[in-house]
Amino acid sequence: MAKNLKPKTTILDAKQMARIIRRMAGEIVESQPDLSGLLLAGIRTRGVPLAEKIAAEIEAMEGQKVPVGILDITLYRDDLSTIAAHPQVKGTHLPRSIDDCVVVLCDDVLYTGRTVRAALDELIDFGRPKAVKLAVLIDRGHRELPIQADFVGKEVPTSQNEVIEVSFQATDGAEQVRILERGTRA
Amino acid sequence: MTPAAPLRWTRKDLLGIAELSPAEIELVLDTADSFAEIGERPIKKVPTLRGKTVINLFFEASTRTRSSFEIAEKRLSADNINFSTSGSALEKGETLVDTALNLQAMAPDLVVIRHGHPGVPHMLASRIKAGVINAGDGAHEHPTQALLDAYTIRRHKGRIAGLKVAILGDIEHSRVVRSNIHLLRKLGAKVTVGGPRTLMPVAMETMGVEVAFSLDDAIRDADVIMMLRIQLERQGRMSFPSVREYFQLFGLTTERLKAAKDDVIIMHPGPMNRGVEISSELADGPYSVILEQVTHGVSVRMAVLYLLSGVHEETV
Repeated sequence: MAKNLKPKTTILDAKQMARIIRRMAGEIVESQPDLSGLLLAGIRTRGVPLAEKIAAEIEAMEGQKVPVGILDITLYRDDLSTIAAHPQVKGTHLPRSIDDCVVVLCDDVLYTGRTVRAALDELIDFGRPKAVKLAVLIDRGHRELPIQADFVGKEVPTSQNEVIEVSFQATDGAEQVRILERGTRA
Repeated sequence: MTPAAPLRWTRKDLLGIAELSPAEIELVLDTADSFAEIGERPIKKVPTLRGKTVINLFFEASTRTRSSFEIAEKRLSADNINFSTSGSALEKGETLVDTALNLQAMAPDLVVIRHGHPGVPHMLASRIKAGVINAGDGAHEHPTQALLDAYTIRRHKGRIAGLKVAILGDIEHSRVVRSNIHLLRKLGAKVTVGGPRTLMPVAMETMGVEVAFSLDDAIRDADVIMMLRIQLERQGRMSFPSVREYFQLFGLTTERLKAAKDDVIIMHPGPMNRGVEISSELADGPYSVILEQVTHGVSVRMAVLYLLSGVHEETV
């Protein structure tokens, strides 16, 4: 985490997160009753635990396992030539062919939309899905591309000076969503 | 709660293994792991190096290394241009420095170079802005070969530390062996080199390896055996009496392999001479990972191209 970030408020605790994710899972099932053609694809890093939690809720609800894939969009980023050093690539893994699947991309925060653009490009290199949907835990606004989510956990209006920090037990050892504020540089 | 800051690659060039830290080597291997999957996709291409230019400059013949680099470059969407000695300006009397400056004038992002003389990639790297990858300089280093060998070992053994690795054959003329010794020692493997005295440089022990003059001593309890090619075209110098005698003394056969561990893997950087350094039976047998090395070579070279192309002047 960058240094000059100060916690401002906690907007979701573990219980609230669980409730929201359960609702999102319900909405996904409602829109896509044929679970056999469904694939959840988590975008690294925190889209992955979100996808896994949604899959667990769907299984609890419907008694059916939904495959979960992992997308690492690093190689498709549009800012690779401007950032200081190339970020580490952790790899993509899709458990089945995406041809004729409904793929639900999962990410923790929807912000500029550039990550989703990269994820769409990567996904298309794996085949031709029947449809691609987008599920995000937090939509914080400030889009720079014409991209919208189909399933939104919570809309949080933010200023660009703020950072949304989503924590999952699996990746961060805690379950919460906080707003952090960039401090003024000394 | 905050994970340790990941290591960033900061070198403009990859000239050898000798100067790399263990952490840098691991970073390349970990990155290669992520690139391996791209080779299994229906569309084996990612847009990462779109608009970047890579020049492949081969002053020595190469099929495997050169095509491996070319495939890696294409899979990353880089534009590549190949220069080779025949018909090049060097044959027409241009100095190496002038060649370098002319290349620089074409503003490539990366240059992959193989040359018969050690140090040429280093000289080039100091003269041009582009990142330089050493694809073999004389009998000095061949870093991407050592990296792909390490990657292959790691895939099979899960680790490198603590393994016993035997490297056999023409130690004297091999750049592969030098890069491999540096790498394996840095990552904690125990290395034994073996071969006839006429092909063994003096004072090899100073590189931190054991030296054996018989095949059986060299491969005893080995987890990994790396065979080196006997450079038949250089044998005018009579390093051994005959190919037949060499095979009898130093050729790896099923019978002799019994001295090594049961789960030993056999590697060879290619091109191999069947019936000279290795029997055909072993080359095609279950212990051989020789063709896997070729597959992994593409992933490792993609990783190197990716890491080097991420280094910009202001970060160097």
